[in-house]
Amino acid sequence: MLVPWQGGPRRATAWMRGREQRLAGTIVEFDRVGLRYGTGAEVLRDLDFRLNEGGFYFLTGPSGAGKTSLLKLLYLAQRPTRGRMSVFGDELAHAPREALPLYRRRIGVVFQDFRLIRHLSAFDNVALPLRIAGHGEAEVEGPVREMLAWVGLADRASARPPTLSGGEQQRVAIARAVIARPELLIADEPTGNVDAAMAQRILHLLTAMNRLGTTVIVATHDLGLIAATPGAQLIRLENGALVDPTGALRNPPGRPAEQGA
Amino acid sequence: MSFFFVSEPDRRLIPASGLRGPVPLLIAIMTFVMVVVAAAGLALANTASVVRGGVESRYSIQIADGAAKAPAVLAAARAATGVSRAEQVPPAELRLTLERWLGPVGAEADLPIPVIIDVDLKPGADVRVVSSAISRTAPNAAFVAHRSSLAPLLKALNGLTILAFGLVLLIAMASAAAIILAARGALDTHRATIEVMHGIGATDGQVARLFLRQIASEALLGGLAGAAVAGTILGLILGGAGFATSLAGAPPLQWKDAVLLALLPVAVALLATVVARSALVRALRERL
Repeated sequence: MLVPWQGGPRRATAWMRGREQRLAGTIVEFDRVGLRYGTGAEVLRDLDFRLNEGGFYFLTGPSGAGKTSLLKLLYLAQRPTRGRMSVFGDELAHAPREALPLYRRRIGVVFQDFRLIRHLSAFDNVALPLRIAGHGEAEVEGPVREMLAWVGLADRASARPPTLSGGEQQRVAIARAVIARPELLIADEPTGNVDAAMAQRILHLLTAMNRLGTTVIVATHDLGLIAATPGAQLIRLENGALVDPTGALRNPPGRPAEQGA
Repeated sequence: MSFFFVSEPDRRLIPASGLRGPVPLLIAIMTFVMVVVAAAGLALANTASVVRGGVESRYSIQIADGAAKAPAVLAAARAATGVSRAEQVPPAELRLTLERWLGPVGAEADLPIPVIIDVDLKPGADVRVVSSAISRTAPNAAFVAHRSSLAPLLKALNGLTILAFGLVLLIAMASAAAIILAARGALDTHRATIEVMHGIGATDGQVARLFLRQIASEALLGGLAGAAVAGTILGLILGGAGFATSLAGAPPLQWKDAVLLALLPVAVALLATVVARSALVRALRERL
């Protein structure tokens, strides 16, 4: 059971809002969110949008548009400097940092640079989220072996990241991100370092997770990846703001509008 | 979950540096100095206590040129309420003392020496009653407390004892500062691993526990090594403690002191653990 923060009325209000949002199927909601680093200019401005549970979203935009900053907000590595940010129905912009680990455990992240722990085996890297969540070794062994087999690395379980190819490291990173069955999966340029065949394989893994009910957000420049994902929606950023300031998300080019958000 | 219980997979997250890092050596040196200084402090405190105990109830009656009055004063002193013992210091002993200071001239018979009577009072005796009894017999007699004569020595012993324990505290603080630096250094070394762990949902406590066990065990090992070397050296020095014992009237270190000194490395390890935990949690809080 999550205990987001103390403080009666505020907590109760947040809980009520969260309940309404869960009923409405919203997993992420940004309300006039802004972000600046230190005293610099805002890198994200007035972001207003909602992401639905079970959706598949692509985050696109030119370099420097603020994609990585937005992803950091989504995986709770940054707080917005203004506005309200709700994740899993709870207002987290001002939540105490002690509350964040339990939310982070519900989010899987595939980093562009993988961020695997170099001195741990592939098995231990993938097992990390389960161990952090408090699962005993008996509950870890089977799922991790299964997950490594799912990403095609069953025979590389004891290999350490420096001995793995870029594609293998990418798949270990994906396996680590999804092992704990996250409700929200965030991938930053997951196909940026792999060839076309591997990109297809990774997309297959992501869509498979999406079919299991996980909400997926992928930051990418790869138009082919976007075009190959039916039902996905686009969040396009330029200069730190949504291209459509109303927050309406777009379907990929050449596809009919299937649903608005 | 105990802060010291870390599973084998969790241990792999932060590879142990074994005894290669600077922490065990630093703690060993600090503990060595701490044990030696603490032993010196305890020995000084014991000596001061023995000296103070020996002179606490001892007084001298001094009568200049009063050989004729000596028997009467001695009798008055013995009869006074609260006196447990009164003995005249033999003139030969006084001349011997003078000879040590003045050379052969001190032993010459025509050199006038005062009459000195040592008086021990019973616990709780009223000094004024004894002093009055003696004054009535010999008005020009001086009734002097030994502790007044030895006050400068006792003051110096007390000052040195306080200095020794102050030094122990300073060394403990220096050890704590070193542990804080080591803890922060360990966090910086493993920054990437910690960021991944936090990103996946690890709490500060989970991260801190990984480092804490290592720092505590290194501090304990270093402390035990430092204390062992200090103990050996102290043992060798105090092996010839007969002289010190005869000087102070008691061994400079008692068994309870040895136990206290033996507990120092454990105290150092505990201090390191508490300080490291605080430093780790504070450093982790600086991150989101």
